[in-house]
Amino acid sequence: MTQAAKSSARPLSPHLQIYRLPLAAWLSISHRATGIGLTAGTLLLTWWLAAAAYGPDAYGVFSDFISSPFGLLILFGFSFALFFHLCNGIRHLLWDAGKNFSIEATKRSNAFVIAGTVVLTAIAWLIAYL
Amino acid sequence: MSGPSHSLRSPLGRALGLGSAKEGLHHWWTQRLTSIALIPLVMWFVVSLIGLRQSDWEQYTLWISNPINATVMILFLGVTFHHAQSGMQVVLEDYVSSHGTRIASIIAVKFICYALAALSIVSVLIVAFGV
Repeated sequence: MTQAAKSSARPLSPHLQIYRLPLAAWLSISHRATGIGLTAGTLLLTWWLAAAAYGPDAYGVFSDFISSPFGLLILFGFSFALFFHLCNGIRHLLWDAGKNFSIEATKRSNAFVIAGTVVLTAIAWLIAYL
Repeated sequence: MSGPSHSLRSPLGRALGLGSAKEGLHHWWTQRLTSIALIPLVMWFVVSLIGLRQSDWEQYTLWISNPINATVMILFLGVTFHHAQSGMQVVLEDYVSSHGTRIASIIAVKFICYALAALSIVSVLIVAFGV
């Protein structure tokens, strides 16, 4: 902080720990968080494909891991993050096109993103296990 | 924005080749282009994974030997890793305050992403060609 800012008596804007973030801001930071998580998840994707190239034994090791309770938990988290990043990413593309900037439209797209994530995750796992 | 107001350089002189406008537009465009491409590719990937959920090595080998499946998988991998490294770059630029650490982490993430892209694509080709 510069000397000028320190000596100023002007009020400070609320710190992140005090300011209650609007829902759209939570979804925005979640977009980055899921992006980081999905990037880490590409290690799993690469493991799967490389294991197949190494042969049936290596593929079996991966299959055993991913079908274990811990593996399924990671896969569930990965799918949830993927669908969230997909739905929220579509919203960002529409924003980039200059659409849906009003508060009402943003509240609608908040609901679309959350509902889309939950519904797509549920559909994917129901189809996989029914 | 906070440039010295007493500078003798003209605003145009500061903007040309210097200033903020370097490759920002290209980076922005790359992120959007890969985003759009990933919408259908991700849907295909999820549907494929659901179809492959009970597969053993033989069944996977048969599936990836189909030229369409191998092609779309390689497209999905290339675009995914390109998208991942460009997104991670923005996150690191925004949150890592130390200049040296920031540059080092961006370089590391990009190297890792492209290494994983190469490994995964080569792996698909090895199985698809039955080498």
